Amino acid sequence: MAEATAESTGLKSIAEDWSSDITTFKGVPWGKAMMWIFLLSDTFIFSIFLTSYMTVRATTAEAWPNPSEVFSLTLFGTTVPLLLIAIMTFDLITSSGTMALAVNYGYRRDKKKAVIFMLATAFFGAVFVGMQAFEWTKLIQEGVRPWGNDWGAAQFGSCFFMITGFHGLHVSAGVVYLIIISYRVWRGYYDNTNFEIVEITGLYWHFVDLVWVFIFAFFYLW
Amino acid sequence: MSSDVGQQHPLALYFWIWGLLFVISAGSYLIDFFQVGYDVGTMELRWALILVFMFLKAGYIVAVFMHLKWERLALIYALLLPPGVLLVLVGLMAWESDYTWLTRVVYFGAEVAPVALSPADTLGHH
Repeated sequence: MAEATAESTGLKSIAEDWSSDITTFKGVPWGKAMMWIFLLSDTFIFSIFLTSYMTVRATTAEAWPNPSEVFSLTLFGTTVPLLLIAIMTFDLITSSGTMALAVNYGYRRDKKKAVIFMLATAFFGAVFVGMQAFEWTKLIQEGVRPWGNDWGAAQFGSCFFMITGFHGLHVSAGVVYLIIISYRVWRGYYDNTNFEIVEITGLYWHFVDLVWVFIFAFFYLW
Repeated sequence: MSSDVGQQHPLALYFWIWGLLFVISAGSYLIDFFQVGYDVGTMELRWALILVFMFLKAGYIVAVFMHLKWERLALIYALLLPPGVLLVLVGLMAWESDYTWLTRVVYFGAEVAPVALSPADTLGHH
């Protein structure tokens, strides 16, 4: 079927895209569409984790440990609330920015800069995982376990390890993914494409940052 | 709109959004730094601020960094509509948890912890 003669807008354009017997997502490389679909499914996984966390926090009659104190750090004799988590947040935002630059340079066919910024992104991601390992170690030493802790509701530990652990796995996988793709970009695997692979990798990375926005808001700040 | 040459936007835009994301992140951290909510004993303002900063930040990441703003509506709707059903799940769980909490207190003799108004109240010891 030929495409509609005149370009429609609004709801009509959606109906036409889905019913035109050709690619639904016009102008979107298949890899990018598939990454989006994967991220959509991942959205459901993280949402279900956060909803479970909401449910156990709302149903327990015990006091919920105060994250502001649990995650405070003492520096030079002053206790700063949530300091490590704030640094981790800024680190992830930094990595999102370098990733956005990598995508931009990819589409400009500036391979060298795209690779450099992808590796910078991987570096900030690795730093994030390192800080998370530090955070886990500190809490485990303070006696937080998935089945209990000294400060209040036992569900605190299970939610914490499950949610931040799953997010940390995503960051770790992202670091590996970034390194592999930057190597392949460097070696010329994608030279006869538009380098949309960098944008696809970027979508995954920005998603990891996006999930952190919700974890930060609901788990650490609420 | 997207085209075969991919998403190409001026670098300045990315730097602006990058800076903005830092400002928004700082805003949400300041909520905790100034102990908003704990200082006055009602949490509504704290929760509202948390949600505002969260949606602002998430929105900018998805719209600009993930380029969703420039994609075709067919893709935007395919991605944004399905998570909407999650709100139903959240609503159901919130409704049900009220009932579970009451059951625990009324029938199982769970002691209700006092509402924590300051961090020190929540933590028995340090």
